[in-house]
Amino acid sequence: MSEEPRIGVYVCNCGINISATVDVEEVAKYAGALPNVIVSKAYIYMCSDPGQELIKQDIQKHKLNRVVVASCSPRMHEPTFRAAVEEVGVNKYLYEHVNIREHVSWVHANEPEKATEKAKDLLRMAIAKVRLDESLETRTVSVIPKSLVIGGGITGMQAALDLADRGFETFLVEKEPSIGGRVAQLSVLSPTVEEARPMLKKIMDRVATHPKINLMTYSDVVEVSGYIGNFEVKVKHRPRHVKNNNVSAKCVEVCPVEVPSEFDAGLASRKAIYTPFEDSIPSLYVIDDETCIKCGKCVDTCPEGTIDLDEQASEETINVGTIIVATGGGVFDAKNKPELGFGKYPNVINNLQLERLTDKAGPTKGKLLRPSDNKIPQKIAFIQCVGARDPDVGNPWCSRFCCQAMLGQVKSITEEYPKTQLFVFHKDIRAFSNLGEELYREVRGTGQVVFVRTPEINDIDEDPETGNLIVKATDEMLQMPMEAEVDMVVLSNALAPPQDAEELARLLVIARSPDGFFLELHPKLSPLDTPTVGIYIAGVAQGPKDITDSIAQARGAASRAAVPMAQGEVELEAYLAVVDPDLCSGCRICEHVCPYNAPEIKEREDGTLYSEVSEALCKGCGVCVAACPSGAITMLHFKDDQLMSEIEALLTG
Amino acid sequence: MDKLKFAFYWGASCGGCEVAVLDIDERVLEVLQIGDIVFWPVAMDTKYKDVEAMPDKSIDVSFFNGSVRNDESEHIAKLLRQKSKFMIAFGSCAHEGCIPGLANLHDRESIFKKVYKESVSTVNPNGVTPQTHYHVPEGEIHIPAFHDTVKTLDQVVDVDYSIPGCPPNPDIIVAAIDALASTVDEKFAGIMTVNGYKIETLPPKGAVLAPNRAQCFECPLKKEDKRIDKIYRVYEKIPEPGKCLLDQGIICMGPATRMGCHTQCMNAGMPCTGCQGPVDQAEELGASMMTALTSNIGLDDEKESDYDPNKFIEQIKDPIGTFYMYSLPASILKRKVMKK
Repeated sequence: MSEEPRIGVYVCNCGINISATVDVEEVAKYAGALPNVIVSKAYIYMCSDPGQELIKQDIQKHKLNRVVVASCSPRMHEPTFRAAVEEVGVNKYLYEHVNIREHVSWVHANEPEKATEKAKDLLRMAIAKVRLDESLETRTVSVIPKSLVIGGGITGMQAALDLADRGFETFLVEKEPSIGGRVAQLSVLSPTVEEARPMLKKIMDRVATHPKINLMTYSDVVEVSGYIGNFEVKVKHRPRHVKNNNVSAKCVEVCPVEVPSEFDAGLASRKAIYTPFEDSIPSLYVIDDETCIKCGKCVDTCPEGTIDLDEQASEETINVGTIIVATGGGVFDAKNKPELGFGKYPNVINNLQLERLTDKAGPTKGKLLRPSDNKIPQKIAFIQCVGARDPDVGNPWCSRFCCQAMLGQVKSITEEYPKTQLFVFHKDIRAFSNLGEELYREVRGTGQVVFVRTPEINDIDEDPETGNLIVKATDEMLQMPMEAEVDMVVLSNALAPPQDAEELARLLVIARSPDGFFLELHPKLSPLDTPTVGIYIAGVAQGPKDITDSIAQARGAASRAAVPMAQGEVELEAYLAVVDPDLCSGCRICEHVCPYNAPEIKEREDGTLYSEVSEALCKGCGVCVAACPSGAITMLHFKDDQLMSEIEALLTG
Repeated sequence: MDKLKFAFYWGASCGGCEVAVLDIDERVLEVLQIGDIVFWPVAMDTKYKDVEAMPDKSIDVSFFNGSVRNDESEHIAKLLRQKSKFMIAFGSCAHEGCIPGLANLHDRESIFKKVYKESVSTVNPNGVTPQTHYHVPEGEIHIPAFHDTVKTLDQVVDVDYSIPGCPPNPDIIVAAIDALASTVDEKFAGIMTVNGYKIETLPPKGAVLAPNRAQCFECPLKKEDKRIDKIYRVYEKIPEPGKCLLDQGIICMGPATRMGCHTQCMNAGMPCTGCQGPVDQAEELGASMMTALTSNIGLDDEKESDYDPNKFIEQIKDPIGTFYMYSLPASILKRKVMKK
């Protein structure tokens, strides 16, 4: 039996934030008369140094062993007071926090008497609970100073570089044959309107040569277990079938398979044996299993030992302390908006295809030629917000990068082809990044571009003889329908959630927001954290963004991941679910309800089963505690008797 | 003291508990080595006034089966309490209210109306319902008053221990008698042949005299994956032998129900319906099982955007009869709210 509770109660005025509504003196007096309460005081600012000092002095003077503070939200100051009581030897779990500001004074400002009564009720409940609270020990676990970055695009590469530069060994896993990601497909960067390739190459080269980066391309994360500091990750390496660099042009020529090139967004074709692009890293060919017909012609043509068509996938297990998810995103498929004619009319292309058409290393060597007849288009229409800000297709979000990307493309076209006339059909122009607005102004000043604000494009029709397109829309400024005949249409497709997000979310036990992107822990305060401690998100995986923001997040996430690794160990909250093996019947009810896979079913010597909740995996959410039908699982700090005492105090006050 | 004095009584019950006493078979002879039965209305002709004449605490152990739903049961419960050292709630009715307890979904008036007037097999042209007093040529007859609410024994008198089950398993009965007798006098230790569920020392007052673990602990069926995607009623599916019934979508109350019956139902391929009541630390059997079940049904479906939990809830027919078949009076719910 623990010692007799001696409780100190402190009611904060919060200046006048609380005391203007709640009669704090009355509340303190009321609490003072409750059993086991030794001192009860009201004070102007409990969180101030003198306020905290008051608690500490009382603890020592009156031998208090439990403390209750009624003030603001526990999110704000529970840690403050926990630290204060612990300084003078009271375990921080013998502290209860009551929110009489957000929950009382602010929401009941017009009913001061009722507010005072509610404050008393809440305080009475906390005092009932604190009587039964038990000391708990915080837990520490050691952290393996290695990190895993999933995704080798611009975000993942930058995060891996930052971690590696800090000295942490970093595994960079990329599912494609080469790192580089989406940015590798771009020709021009906005708003600076510079070539994309040199910037990207610099980063890719650093990643490839960094001694602390362990690059795994053409690989997938297939299994994740463990917890912060001690993740065990299984990585599957898909077979490349190409062993070395001895692949000659002839080896490729003999391949009878021809499929649309993913890298060139379908504007060119590739063989089953290919390199994704010129400066791929690693600069190895790959034979993709999905299209290869295993005819063996390349095996015969290449030097012996170069090609191994029988190569199988292999698996590797790595142990890391932290994980960064930088898997990027997909692109909206404009076929979901059939009125735009994408996939039906050859001269309706998307923004990625335009990047390929203007890239010097692209299928047209950088010449802007329209697909139907390889002529330079004289009139081009850009359609913005395709699959963005469009609840009808389930994508209410702003895709954020496309306005500026379009402005960059428009600017380089106006410079290269001064006679070309451009139309931009948009919902709004959102050029918010640094220099974005300046670029918008500059482009408007060229006189070559007509901006048409329109809520939506009604239709795009093709003139079958010329291949030209007639764009039909409503000009919102003039409130009049309009038509424009153009040679080519560019759809600014939105970024979409990554395709394999669901599977990865399941593996990592992280959440996704309703839009399908990975969900941050808190939109303002923890934008890079996930509910699973030790796993961070960055870049387009979290939501559409441009390169600038992606890089900023990458560096932020690397910074977050470095913290526990630099500290070497992490402290975990002491409240967690504990199974009493003597009460557990091994029914397995708890096994799958846990979002963090914390319960593990074990077998006793006699063959009976029991559950054990991993201390390190448990986040203290309490789902298994509620689910356990035989009361064998206890939630520390929220035990049944502690919660019942609060309910009783509320009902019997 | 030569021998102990035992009493047996039945309140609102089906009689199964009386038979369960005999189900201990030849071990009943061992019971007779330990004690004499001084009161057992179902088997012996003893009058209430004989019990009233006994000194207080002169009966060592009273085994009371059946719930309390009329004046007579209540009177005898109080009488036996007064006359006994140990008052035992014997079987599910006394322990938790059991099947009669489902009457708490109704009240006296509506039950009388249904039973004595509306049921198709009733012929009652004058609409007579039970009265507490009735004049006959020989004088006035007093008939016990029928209560609105079925109560457990411990809602009426102070109960020392409960023996669970509908009816209690013979091995549980023997273990209880063994523990009670040897606690009263050491010389009775070792007489009873205890086959499992042995109670080494009598637990604190108020305890249930059966192991404090759920059925699954001793259930022979193999438990594998509780992700349930469809619920079947017993008649809708022939379960795969040897596999956990709940895993197969048949609602089995085993995970929430106290063990101590050698999982007889599951051995026969039927799901546990919960007659042994909850374990100590999970007082509310029905709610415990509902949370356990609903935490596991549709775990995969709920990831889908068009997930509709009603799809599963609609599959659970008769929730009260499923989850509170034996424990409604003992639960927090207790009864349907009475219209004043």
